[in-house]
Amino acid sequence: MKFVDEFRDAELGRALAGEILAALEPGRHYKIMEVCGGHTHSIYKYGVDDLLPANVELVHGPGCPVCVIPMGRVDDGISLAHEPGVIFTCFGDMVRVPGSNQSLLDAKAQGADVRIVYSPLDALRIAKQNPDLEIVFFAIGFETTAPSTALTLRRAKAEHVGNFSVMCSHVTIVPPLRALLESPDLRLDGFIGPGHVATVVGARPFQFLPDQYGKPVAISGFEPLDLLQSVLMVLRQLADGRAEVENQYARVVPWEGNVRALEIMNEVFALRPHFEWRGLGFISQSALRLSDEYAEWDAELRFSVPGVRVADPKACQCGEVLKGVIKPWECKVFGTACTPERPIGTCMVSPEGACAAYYNYGRFAREREVA
Amino acid sequence: MAELVSDRESKILGIIETARAKRPKFRDSHITMSHGAGGKASTSLIEGLFAPAFASPTLDAMADAGAVSVDGVHLALTTDSFVVKPLRFPGGSIGELAVNGTVNDLAMAGARPLALTLSLVLEEGLSAETLRAEVDAIAAAARAAEAQIVAGDTKVVERGHADGMYICTTGVGRRDPRASLAPDALAPGDRILLSGTIGEHGTAIMLARGELGLEADIESDTRSLWPAVDGLLDAAGPGLRCLRDATRGGVASVLNELARASGVAMVVREAAVPVMPAVAGAAEILGIDPMYIANEGKFVAFVAPKHAERALDALRGAPGGAGAVEIGEVKTDPPGMVLVETAFGGRRVMDQLVGDPLPRIC
Repeated sequence: MKFVDEFRDAELGRALAGEILAALEPGRHYKIMEVCGGHTHSIYKYGVDDLLPANVELVHGPGCPVCVIPMGRVDDGISLAHEPGVIFTCFGDMVRVPGSNQSLLDAKAQGADVRIVYSPLDALRIAKQNPDLEIVFFAIGFETTAPSTALTLRRAKAEHVGNFSVMCSHVTIVPPLRALLESPDLRLDGFIGPGHVATVVGARPFQFLPDQYGKPVAISGFEPLDLLQSVLMVLRQLADGRAEVENQYARVVPWEGNVRALEIMNEVFALRPHFEWRGLGFISQSALRLSDEYAEWDAELRFSVPGVRVADPKACQCGEVLKGVIKPWECKVFGTACTPERPIGTCMVSPEGACAAYYNYGRFAREREVA
Repeated sequence: MAELVSDRESKILGIIETARAKRPKFRDSHITMSHGAGGKASTSLIEGLFAPAFASPTLDAMADAGAVSVDGVHLALTTDSFVVKPLRFPGGSIGELAVNGTVNDLAMAGARPLALTLSLVLEEGLSAETLRAEVDAIAAAARAAEAQIVAGDTKVVERGHADGMYICTTGVGRRDPRASLAPDALAPGDRILLSGTIGEHGTAIMLARGELGLEADIESDTRSLWPAVDGLLDAAGPGLRCLRDATRGGVASVLNELARASGVAMVVREAAVPVMPAVAGAAEILGIDPMYIANEGKFVAFVAPKHAERALDALRGAPGGAGAVEIGEVKTDPPGMVLVETAFGGRRVMDQLVGDPLPRIC
């Protein structure tokens, strides 16, 4: 496949692995967090960590949009899906996420009309095709997916589609990163920055990582060579005693981001004062709601949702996994009580979740050398 | 210190593997679409509910077709149902699929297809033209597979209770004396052959539904596999351990089932697995691994090492087998696991499918 295979070249990968080895300080252990769930997925899918020396540890960050949605919020979605006359639409990853009693897939089996869409525009199309029904779109994701929700809402408004609404659970990436860095049990040497989010917000918002916390960042693409090169960039910063935001994904990420996407997000969304993150608790100004101008399309205003806060299951250590404090396999229920087919925590549900990625792909990696 | 940690990790992984190797229980409170997807939920339904309830040694063998012997005549018996949506798609239709799917289950058991029964569930309002086209497709496919339709049944249900039509079949075939195939017969060292490019059927159906706004020239690979099996048996009969067509859940699910049944490991070289560029592109966009996409005319063959080369030549000479390749090898450890050597030089587990990326593809 053109423009893809070039970034999966095994020979170039080995060359980069050699350069990484050369950039290491002997005996030092490096912990680098890849923020984005898409990176976690790529790392396991291609076995990228097999090419890294054992003393370079990749820590999986909080950037899986499905994984950070708290149980109470899933319950709210399920409650909406059970409303008579509602077609509930969401991305495929979301249907298997366990709420406190059931998942959206279970709700579907019980008769709720739950449909998987690939884009919010598909949900809007369903709304236009079913004028007598109410169509709700469960909007999740970081700044990556928020612009497409915003665009859909702008279109719904322009075309006066009244039977369409959005349950907005969009979140933003900077507040949880800040929360992580403030957490006392965390030790990280640097960050692989989220390439997709940065495509929208730009590289600039990550400047606080070097400026305020002294941590090097490399904004990275999603192919295996991108990831290896980003690891190398972070390691070289560490070796040189530098801390800055470097843009490995410059072929896609502009420093200032996508100005038009940011404009439309500004128009359609407003910051929530606080939002609960699975495993991380409440983080202020970390999520988006619909702006007053778009209140008419806000599913949470149109319907009554229970909005009951549900504590994370006791046995589940998704929070520690999301913070990178423990590895997935160190969780007490990993792989036994909590498996991809019967997930307890959300990290086990989405293929981008650290636990699911490790369970599905990572268990029998090659033996690695220590540099 | 580092070693201690990795000891703990391997201990935990050991516990997980023990849990995984246990016979799955069926504990769900109701049926969801996952139970029909050919992945883990399907396995729990079959091995946790059906097989124990019917307590039949033949069923427990978990082959594509059951073995029945009558007065020294060795038969294979199979049944299948087809609910594909849409009824017609590039490269085939529900009728053609019903015949090929059934005769392929027989072929995978090393049996030459003889006869089929056909049961049609028709929805009120189905156009006669559609029905006629499917009847023609069934007749043509049966002729091509040299199998006779010997019995049938028709039911009509109210509008809204079947999506146009469903087809149920039974197939009977004669087990070939050259074949001694069993899912638990795999031995370390066996070679894994794949009869051609993967993922066309599932992708063709997905695109034919028109919900994704993607367009590509991809046709279903539906075909009868008996001619290819016939050739394989000639070339490598005694060395042939097991055959499995990679339908729902794709090549990944088939390999996992057999790794578990034989208590062996498998290592697959990702770079060796052939995927058409259009299929690879669609899968890339949709975030689906082609190894999990359904096929209707491709199968994996496990062959003893010394027969592998002849078997591969025979496959390549068979209709639809020009693209056959060796994709990997059976190993000892870790039992029940399928590992992939990625084209990038890493290594990972390739587990059974969880959930259902694509319902009603056959």
